[in-house]
Amino acid sequence: MSGNTVTRAQLTEAVYQEVGLSRNESADLVESILGEVSNALSRGEMVKISSFGSFAVRQKGQRIGRNPKTGEEVPILPRRVLVFRPSHVLKNRINLSARKLSDGS
Amino acid sequence: MTKSELIARIAELNPHLYQRDVERIVSTIFEEISAALCRGDRVELRGFGAFSVKSRDSRVGRNPRTGEAVNVVSKTVPFFKTGKQLRELING
Repeated sequence: MSGNTVTRAQLTEAVYQEVGLSRNESADLVESILGEVSNALSRGEMVKISSFGSFAVRQKGQRIGRNPKTGEEVPILPRRVLVFRPSHVLKNRINLSARKLSDGS
Repeated sequence: MTKSELIARIAELNPHLYQRDVERIVSTIFEEISAALCRGDRVELRGFGAFSVKSRDSRVGRNPRTGEAVNVVSKTVPFFKTGKQLRELING
């Protein structure tokens, strides 16, 4: 595993290389895309990106949790959580590359 | 929302761009994330979340129907952890 971290900067650079826009506008578009995905999720909508995966919001009920340090019981309030389900295409791709990476080293 | 609806929305917000360029932009972003995960890299998008890969060891599984023991090979799975801001936005 290479252990590098990809951030907005690299996504912006990729968009900049791919389409003939300025770096600034590329950065704004990356932000705007993440923003639109976030907005849809905050409305409780599911976001499906083919051959990548889907993001869905799940409602969790209240349950009793425990502070692991003090052993004290605390209620965990009902909340909404985001779950990402990778597509089979992405899972297969990652596994194929992982096998190649480990064969190479 | 599907990928094509996302593309349509971004195109609507950016009337000066060609639809096919917006398509390339959206695809490039998800392709870069996928490619990074394939290299074993982590993708950290502050406020949104972080994508990473986790390895799962091989294990002996069981066919739930027949109860037969089967070997499940080791694999690498993609993982997403929601960012703080997005988590708050979803609960807000």
